[in-house]
Amino acid sequence: MYDLEFDEKKCLRCQTCDCLTRCQYIDIDRDTAKVEMKKIINAEDSFVLHQCVTCYACEEYCRKGNHPFYLIVDRQEHLDIPPLPQPLIKQGVQLGIPWRGDLVVQDVKEPVIDMCMFPQLAASLQGRLFEGVSIMSTDPRQRAHFFCQLMYLHYARTSTIRERLPRIVENIARHNVTEVICFHDECYATFASYAPAVGIEVPFTPVHFFEFLYHRLTQVKEHIKPLNLKVAYQRPCSSRLSPDKLHFVDDIFALIGVESVDRQYVGENALCCGGAIRPQMYDGRYELADDVQKRNIDDIVEAGADFCVFNCPACFDTMSHLVAARGVNPIFMSDLCRLAVD
Amino acid sequence: MSLADYRYRDLIHRCFRCGYCKFPTSYLDVNNCPAYARYRLESYSTGGRLWLIRAWLNDEMEWTDHLAEIVFSCATCKNCTEQCPLPFSQDIVNMIVAARCEMVERGLMPAAVQQFLENVQRHGNPYGAPRSKRAEWFQGTDVEQYDGQEYLYYVGCVGSYDTRARETARTLAHVLKRGGVSFGVLGDRESCDGNDVAKLGEEGLFESLAEENIEQFKELGVTKVVTLSPHAYNAMRNDYPSLNGTFEVFHYTQLLNELIKKGTLDLSRGFDARVTYHDPCFLGRWNGEYEAPRAALRAVPGIELVEMERSRADTLCCGGGGGNFYTDFLGGSEDSPARIRIRQARDSGAQVVAVACPNCMTMLEDAAKAERLDESLSIRDVSEIVASALE
Amino acid sequence: MDSVLTSLKAIVGDTFASNEPEELYVYSRDLGTTEPYSPQYVVAPRTTEEVQDIVRLANREKIPLVPLGGGLTLAGLVMPLKGGIIVDMKRMDSVIEVNERARYAVIEAGVSQGKLVAYLHKHHPTLVHSEPGAPAQATVGGNIAIHGQGDLAQPYGFNSDMVNGLEVVLPTGEVCRVGSCSVSPHWFTMHPLPDLGLFLGWCGTTGIITRVSLKLYPAKRIRDSGQFVLEDANLVPDILYRISHTEMAGDLIAVNQELPVPVQGLHIISIFIAGDSEEEVEFKRRLIRLGILQEYIRRGDGGLIGLSAAVRPRLPRRPPISTIQDIKKGGGFEYVGAILPVDTYPECCRRGADISSRHNIAYTLLARVIGSSHAMMFSWSYVFNRADPETVRHAREALFESDELAIELGGIPWKPGVYGQKLILERMEPNTLRLMQQIKALLDPNGIMNPGNWEVSECPSQTTGTET
Repeated sequence: MYDLEFDEKKCLRCQTCDCLTRCQYIDIDRDTAKVEMKKIINAEDSFVLHQCVTCYACEEYCRKGNHPFYLIVDRQEHLDIPPLPQPLIKQGVQLGIPWRGDLVVQDVKEPVIDMCMFPQLAASLQGRLFEGVSIMSTDPRQRAHFFCQLMYLHYARTSTIRERLPRIVENIARHNVTEVICFHDECYATFASYAPAVGIEVPFTPVHFFEFLYHRLTQVKEHIKPLNLKVAYQRPCSSRLSPDKLHFVDDIFALIGVESVDRQYVGENALCCGGAIRPQMYDGRYELADDVQKRNIDDIVEAGADFCVFNCPACFDTMSHLVAARGVNPIFMSDLCRLAVD
Repeated sequence: MSLADYRYRDLIHRCFRCGYCKFPTSYLDVNNCPAYARYRLESYSTGGRLWLIRAWLNDEMEWTDHLAEIVFSCATCKNCTEQCPLPFSQDIVNMIVAARCEMVERGLMPAAVQQFLENVQRHGNPYGAPRSKRAEWFQGTDVEQYDGQEYLYYVGCVGSYDTRARETARTLAHVLKRGGVSFGVLGDRESCDGNDVAKLGEEGLFESLAEENIEQFKELGVTKVVTLSPHAYNAMRNDYPSLNGTFEVFHYTQLLNELIKKGTLDLSRGFDARVTYHDPCFLGRWNGEYEAPRAALRAVPGIELVEMERSRADTLCCGGGGGNFYTDFLGGSEDSPARIRIRQARDSGAQVVAVACPNCMTMLEDAAKAERLDESLSIRDVSEIVASALE
Repeated sequence: MDSVLTSLKAIVGDTFASNEPEELYVYSRDLGTTEPYSPQYVVAPRTTEEVQDIVRLANREKIPLVPLGGGLTLAGLVMPLKGGIIVDMKRMDSVIEVNERARYAVIEAGVSQGKLVAYLHKHHPTLVHSEPGAPAQATVGGNIAIHGQGDLAQPYGFNSDMVNGLEVVLPTGEVCRVGSCSVSPHWFTMHPLPDLGLFLGWCGTTGIITRVSLKLYPAKRIRDSGQFVLEDANLVPDILYRISHTEMAGDLIAVNQELPVPVQGLHIISIFIAGDSEEEVEFKRRLIRLGILQEYIRRGDGGLIGLSAAVRPRLPRRPPISTIQDIKKGGGFEYVGAILPVDTYPECCRRGADISSRHNIAYTLLARVIGSSHAMMFSWSYVFNRADPETVRHAREALFESDELAIELGGIPWKPGVYGQKLILERMEPNTLRLMQQIKALLDPNGIMNPGNWEVSECPSQTTGTET
């Protein structure tokens, strides 16, 4: 049930092995990559399964849309090669258990923004940009009922995702919505990428938050005051699962008059915030996380950014104080847009 | 009375008496609850009071004068609300007020409370003074009766009757005039705003006062109200709307601050003094307005604004809230909150204590005299300081 | 008016003495599960002289005296079990002296933990005391009278190990100073004789502590923390032992609790470190992380959160804000704390979870390392709903069972309630008990001090007078 759609032949025939050779964290040549992917396909042990930092990027690097990352985490679980120590996996898995009451279906009217596990951020969705919008998952006690579960890719617990996701989809669907704007792009990726990849039916259309923001901004164009700021965007791991939506970042920046600074770690070359890497089992992960964060933030600072813009609350939590300490203001994309709209 | 009928029956047992409610955020001292500061017995702490209320409602305790005194000694200053870490913190003062309601309904209240309420009922003010004297404060001035001006200047009971507060009321009127504000007053048509009546637990009287005020405001076409007292500001801003009385309500410091920002008031004469500002509870903790009065003071040339160790949400109440400016359950001691507060003002190095509430004015002036600080420390309303600076 | 009340009012002033039912009601109730016991009077003195006058009055009239600090022991230790006068010490709250160079503070016993933290932070920011983690109004005097332990327990031991000297009003009314202050103007050491042990831990049964000299310690500029998460309780003692060996941690706490659900079944060791420079802190982090924890991480036995310059530390406020009492929306919780060998941690957890389960209370278990893993203070906490007597009964029974468990595991219930005291005295070596009896009889001939607690006079060895 809910098997991953992974075309082995397509993968074995692949001449570039971009998925592994482009990995920013494992140094691997094409021939080795071919051998290791074969092992992974055959559910055999591979050093890749141990060294993978779960940055999701190979999903984007694969030009064939063949879900190499989903396969890697499936295999990590199957072969019991967890990226994280077991107690942290247990803690993480328990985080998604609803324990403070059954789902209370909210009275919402489209357009609806789903806050998933971040109801505490709902309060910032105010003002002209969000007029007439209903918000789903506004009660911290209820949030697990809306939790998209995709975080468990970092935990190599795809079984947990597949076990719980149908219920989450049902919980959202009970709100009688045809479209759901996903505040966090992890949710968007869940419904637009992961669910189809494993055959879970989603009876509503997910909308990427940035797509919503872009369209709203165009509707209130006359109220936009260009910010004239230099910004750097911290691209989150889950954005790798929806690269087709990445252009909205630049589209929004253009609308609100901010300049995306020219730097090394952007787009497909973006670096992980480090939050997923640090607690992993593999030796040297603290040092790797420090190194990744340093390179990333040095790059932001040297490029002259005034603001570091986030979509993912986890990235924000991991990096905001670090960029702030270097004189760069951390801000959510939604707040940046609000700054531009009077 | 039984616990089952009490509005907060599902909450009141949840107070653990951990005691955070006694402190300011800094924890520098345990006396930021005015009643506990005065008596220093657990019964007078917020937790002790809640446990006693529950015991009374549960029939574990008989009503006594002393119980009533404890219940009515709370100044409703909301320090407890600010400090309590538990989810029901917003309802702590409501729990006490609800217990007062039960007592008032049964006629079980201290004599001073009864007197306060009877006076308000009969005369529209707690002092029992004739309504006709309500207009005396502006006699001989060019203050006009309200007749469709932009603002209704609501003076309130203390400003209308207390000798010292009348000066403030007049000064504010003068400043508003100089600022070009179009306003009028109700004079002897004005009645008590009811804020402290509500806090003393006389809900019925509060509602009738509020409804009368609302009706009168509506009849006169009032849309904007500026109040001298934060108490009136609180009632009109937070309680009147549920009685169908929605007006744009301002505390005068907010209006002054706007006038200053617009440059309507020429403050170039300045006011050379080291000034500390005492936050009134009903402006600060009850309504979150900490900045407007400070901004107004900062705009006055010559003022060196210094903060007391406890300010803003950590302010120590003067002890006059919740009717205590009249009932005086917290007076008569060097541990009276007003006297502690005036010593804190002295310790700030200030020469002037700026107040923005006529109740605080009277409480702190008396305290300064009792502490023999009245020569070195003057109590001035923000409007008076602004007036002094007017060219 | 009642003559005792008249005398008390004459001593402290009208405001601060009462025998009104309202005061008696409030002071007759502990925050924990102990049944109410009503005093006859409540008095709040301001000076040592006033305390002396109160004690002389009580001794003359043979009225029990119960000294009260913040009233937060939860174990009923300040309940007037035999009536009498509650002496609320919280008005005696002046900081008298802080000697920076010798790192001590002389304070009145009613100074709250909150005030001492704030006072040092404001006036002597390079110094801290071992803050016990109770709500801010817990008093320093009350805390050391029950031994106490705080956030410097791992490097320096119990709070009662940090006392340099005391001023005590003896049960007969004399003021007695112990420690260097009995000889010298400096309150810098507990020496010479007699020993502080005459008063510390006695829960106010041998006198009323009015002044305390408390050792202070260097306050470091940077604090950091890490949480090490495990499933296997059996690994915890070893990890605690090894971390304490590094001498890098300031406070070491292991927690195992059923709620919230994400931490259920996990043991979370909180490691607190501090340093004056980032280099110093990083040195400590690395020593603990790479030297100790890495091998558990590599095996997958444990995972580390924090303990990195890049991760915001999870630091409790000092004093912390506790909301555990509201878990059941019922305003009540109480715990049994016991001093135990760290090796008993797994069994303490396992059996503690059993007790909780039997009484339908979510388990909440905590161990704080005392000294270089010399011991731990283990606590079994039980929340209850004050408005539901059945939950109070369950909590009370669970507490009794926890006292018994602590004794069974070779531990010493810490600040035990009457039941725990009884279990200790029943097992006490007869000559030790006899010594306690002699001390008590000598210091408190009329048995007025907090009677019902440490009731050695009611133990059999005195009546038989036998020696072994």
